[in-house]
Amino acid sequence: MLSRTGEHLFWMARHMERAENTARMLDVTYRMRLLPASMNQPVEPWAQAWAVPLITTGMAKDYYACYDELTAETVLEFLVCNPNNPSSIVNCLKAARENARTVRGAITSEMWESLNSTWMEFGKTGPEVLEAAAIGQFFETIKQRSHMFRGVTVGTALRDESFFFTRLGTFLERADNTARILDVKYHILLPSPQDIGGAQDYYQWGSLLRSVSAFEAYRKIYRDTISPRRVAELLVLRRDMPRSLRACAAEIYSMLQVLAGTTGTEAERQAGELNARLQFARIDDVLANGLHEYLLDFLERIGALGIEIHHSFFASLDPAERLA
Amino acid sequence: MAYDELHGADGTVHPAYQAYVEWLTTVPAEVLQNKRVEADLLFRRLGITFAVYGDESGVERAIPFDIIPRILSASAWQKVATGCVQRVKALNMFLHDVYHDQEIIQAGIIPAEQVLSNPAYRPEMQGIDLPGRIYAHVAGVDVVKVSDTEFYVLEDNLRTPSGVSYMLENRRMMMRLFPELFSRIQVAPVEHYPDLLLESLRAMSPVPTSAPVTVLLTPGAYNSAYFEHAFLAQQMGIELVEGQDLFVRDAVVYMRTTQGPQRVDVIYRRLDDDFLDPLAFRKDSMLGVPGLLGAYKAGNVTLANAIGTGVADDKSTYVHVPDMIRFYLGEEPILANVPTFRLSRADDLCYVLANLPELVVKEVHGSGGYGMLVGPKSTQAEIEEFRLRILQNPDNYIAQPTLALSTCPTLVAEGIAPRHVDLRPYVISGTDTRVVPGGLTRVALREGSLVVNSSQGGGTKDTWILEDGTC
Repeated sequence: MLSRTGEHLFWMARHMERAENTARMLDVTYRMRLLPASMNQPVEPWAQAWAVPLITTGMAKDYYACYDELTAETVLEFLVCNPNNPSSIVNCLKAARENARTVRGAITSEMWESLNSTWMEFGKTGPEVLEAAAIGQFFETIKQRSHMFRGVTVGTALRDESFFFTRLGTFLERADNTARILDVKYHILLPSPQDIGGAQDYYQWGSLLRSVSAFEAYRKIYRDTISPRRVAELLVLRRDMPRSLRACAAEIYSMLQVLAGTTGTEAERQAGELNARLQFARIDDVLANGLHEYLLDFLERIGALGIEIHHSFFASLDPAERLA
Repeated sequence: MAYDELHGADGTVHPAYQAYVEWLTTVPAEVLQNKRVEADLLFRRLGITFAVYGDESGVERAIPFDIIPRILSASAWQKVATGCVQRVKALNMFLHDVYHDQEIIQAGIIPAEQVLSNPAYRPEMQGIDLPGRIYAHVAGVDVVKVSDTEFYVLEDNLRTPSGVSYMLENRRMMMRLFPELFSRIQVAPVEHYPDLLLESLRAMSPVPTSAPVTVLLTPGAYNSAYFEHAFLAQQMGIELVEGQDLFVRDAVVYMRTTQGPQRVDVIYRRLDDDFLDPLAFRKDSMLGVPGLLGAYKAGNVTLANAIGTGVADDKSTYVHVPDMIRFYLGEEPILANVPTFRLSRADDLCYVLANLPELVVKEVHGSGGYGMLVGPKSTQAEIEEFRLRILQNPDNYIAQPTLALSTCPTLVAEGIAPRHVDLRPYVISGTDTRVVPGGLTRVALREGSLVVNSSQGGGTKDTWILEDGTC
C-alpha cells in the first residue's frame, strides 16, 4: 500500500474517533449542568466544570487565545464548531471526510458514503446547534455516526492493510482519549472522605463512566457502589471493556503485528511493550504509584508510538535510503 | 429543424423508444419528479462531483443527471461502434507513423508543418517504440446523431479523455431507480469497462511479467476529475497515486509503500504531458515525477496514454482523419467528419468571416466549450467581438456549420421536453481495439442550447444500447 494512503486512512479514523470522544465528553459535562446546583457546586463550581473539557483535550491555551471568559456557551462553541479550532467536532468531521476523499479508492463505497453523508449533514454546523433544544441530539447523532462508520468499516472492509491502518488510527486515538478523560476527571473527582457514597459522588463518577459507555458495564461487573479504585481498574486494566486502555493497547498491538513487515518492527515492539505493561499490571500498584503519573507515562508512550508509526510507515524517506 | 430521437417527423415514436414510452405512459408525472430528486440526493451522497475552476461558490458540484435514458437501436450503435474503432485504429497508426518514419507526410497526405510545428508534437517521442504500437490506450470520440442512420464525429479525445465514470455511475443509478425497466427492456451492459481497461493496460506492460503493477496517476484531490480517478482506481483495484508517491531510480519507476519501494510497470496517467516530468517538461510542475521521461524512453514503464498524442486530436488535425483511415487501413470512413473550415487558409477565412452568424467557430486547441462562438445563438455584438479575435490570429481557429445536434426527451422543470445531446463512446486499445456498448450522453439542459459541456450548464444521461433483436 502507498505510504500516503496508509497515512490518510490512519488520520481518517483518528478524526472520526476524536469527534466522537469530544462529543461524549461535552455531552456528559452538559448533562451534569442540568443537575441541581447543590450537586454541582461544592467540589466543582460549574464554571470549573467547563474547564474540564478544555484541559482534557489539551486545548486550554488555544481556547484563551480566542476567548476571555470561561462560559458554557463559549466552551461548547469552541469545541463543537469554532472554525479556528482544528480539533472541534465539525473540523474533525471535515478532516475525516477530506482524508477519506483523498483515498476513496482504498475504502469501501459504504465507508465513504457514511463519512460523506455525515459531513454533508453536519460539516457546516454553526452556533445554532448550541441551543439547549438541539445540542443533546447533536451529540447523540455524532456518536451514532461514529458507531455507524466503525460498523460499516468492520462490516464491509476487506481485511487488508487499509483495514488495519484504519483500525490502528481508531484505537490509538481512543487510547489517548480515554487516558485523558480518566486523568482529568479522576483528579477532580477524588473525593473527600465524607462524600464517599453520597449522591453527588454517584452522579460524578457515573458521568465519568457514562462518557466512555462504561456505566452499565460497571454495574454488571461489580454489582456494587461506584468506587474510584474499581473505576480505574475498569478503564485501565480490563481487557473486556472496549474503551479501556488495556483493550485499546491489545488492538493496537495486534494491528501492528500484522502491519509490521520489515519496516515497522520498532513500532510493533513498542506496542507490544505497552500491551504487556497493561496486561501484567495490578491496580493496587498503579494506584500506589499514583494514577496520574501512570496515565502521564501512558500518554507519553502513546505519543511516542504515534511518531514511530509515522516514521515506520508514512514518512517519505529519501528513496535511495529506502532502497538500500 | 433538428432530428428528434423520440419522434419521427410524422409524430410517431421511433422503434428504439417504443418499449420505454409504453412504460412511461403508466408512470405519473410526480413519480418521475420524485425519482429525479432521489437521484440528485444519491449522487451527492455518493460524492459524485466535479470541481469547477474559478467558481467561488464551492469546490464541488454534482453534474445534473437526467433520469430519462437516451436509447439507441442495436443497428445504429453498430455503426457508431465500428466507426469509432476504425477511427481509433487509424489514429494510433498515425501516431506511430508520426513518431517514426512519417510516411503519411512523405506521401503528401498531411503537410509536414501540420505535424512538426504543432505545439502538441513531442520531439522527445521520435523513434521510441511502444508496446503494441499503441499510443491512445483510451480514446473518447465525440459523436452527434443527425438522422436515423447518420452520425458525425465532432472531435477525437486522445490525451486524457474523462467522463467514463459517469457512464458507469449513470447506469448504476438507473438500475437503482428503475429496476423494473431493465427487466422489460434488454439494455447492453457497460459494467465490464474497468475490467476491459485493466486487461488492456496490463497487456501493454513493458516487461513480460505475470503480474504487472499498474497504477493510476492523478494530479490530486483538487483536480476537477478527481472523483473519476478515484472511482476508476477502485473499480480496477489499482493504486491511485500522485506524483509524490512515485520516484525514479536508475530509469525504473517505484512507488513508495508502507513496505518500502515497489516497482511500477504501467501508469494510467490522468495528468497532462506538460506536468509529467519537471526535468523534461514544465520545470515548475509539482505534480509530476522527476525522471519519468527517462524511464519511459528506456522502455521500463508504459504510459497510457502515451506522451504526444495531442498531435493527433487537435482540431486542425481532425480534418485529416478520413484520409488517415484511407491511407493506413485502406478503408472508407464509416463515420463522417463535420465539414470543417480551416481559418489558416485564405479562402476558408473569407468565407467564414462573411458567414459568422451561421457558423460555429472553435479554437484549435480549446476544450470544455470555452473560447467558441455559436453564430446562430450569439448577438451581433458578440459576433463582432469574436471577429476581432479571429482576425488577430486566424490560424488559431476552425469553423463548422452549425450542426443540428439531435434532441432527446429530457425531464425539465416544465415536464418532458426535447434537448440537444451528443455522445462520447470510449474506445480501449491494447492487444485489440474495443468499445463497450454505450458511452457518455451529454445533454444541453437549457432550451435551444447546443453547448453540452458540464462546465456550462450541461447534464448527463444514461445511454442505452438495445440488445440485438429487441427492435
